[in-house]
Amino acid sequence: MRVSVQDAPFDFAGEAREFAAGRTDMGAIVTFSGIVRDTGDAPLLEMMIEHYPGMTERAIEAIAREAQARWALGDVLVIHRHGRLTPGETIMMVATAARHRGDAFAAAEFLMDYLKSRAPFWKKERTAAGADWVAARDEDEAALTRW
Amino acid sequence: MMIDVLYFAWVRERIGLPKERVETSAATVAALVEELRAREERYAAAFADISALRVALDQELAEFDAPLDGVREVAFFPPMTGG
Repeated sequence: MRVSVQDAPFDFAGEAREFAAGRTDMGAIVTFSGIVRDTGDAPLLEMMIEHYPGMTERAIEAIAREAQARWALGDVLVIHRHGRLTPGETIMMVATAARHRGDAFAAAEFLMDYLKSRAPFWKKERTAAGADWVAARDEDEAALTRW
Repeated sequence: MMIDVLYFAWVRERIGLPKERVETSAATVAALVEELRAREERYAAAFADISALRVALDQELAEFDAPLDGVREVAFFPPMTGG
């Protein structure tokens, strides 16, 4: 398992390649990347991501351990950025490796659902109209009940 | 007891600081919130609706009725928006 909470950009394709390399017993690799999206009324200038150093890493590691307990996974990778990001930049990624795709897909979805509302990150969007905190969505909280 | 109290996102902005040391005899998180609310208007504003807030004790999510006994670090923040 590898968890990285970082300010610096990362190379999604390179990380995915490295994650998949060197193992012949895993038949399925699932990767997801989250991108800064600009779909509001006023063009998004930047997104600021705040986090809780220390707790963030602990919370993500706990979520990843829970995924490993629920599904037969060979490995888990989570990278999540904080700081100032612009539209189109990659915010975060997860990757899961398993013998079969069912476990890899389910674990990746589980990780994403929990990272959304149980990892201590907060997003603030700045547009020409001003800056505002992104509100948590009820659907994100409700998504946890399916697990 | 002395505890570190941390604030994040709009809670930090409303109170105007990210972290402070607080001398308290509060038995629970809710009692600590009452003490903070009584301090100044900016605290009252930040803690006006605790249903809009989450709390972590020593970096683990907790409930507002949780005891503070032995806790070193309390953090208040809005619902998280990761991913």
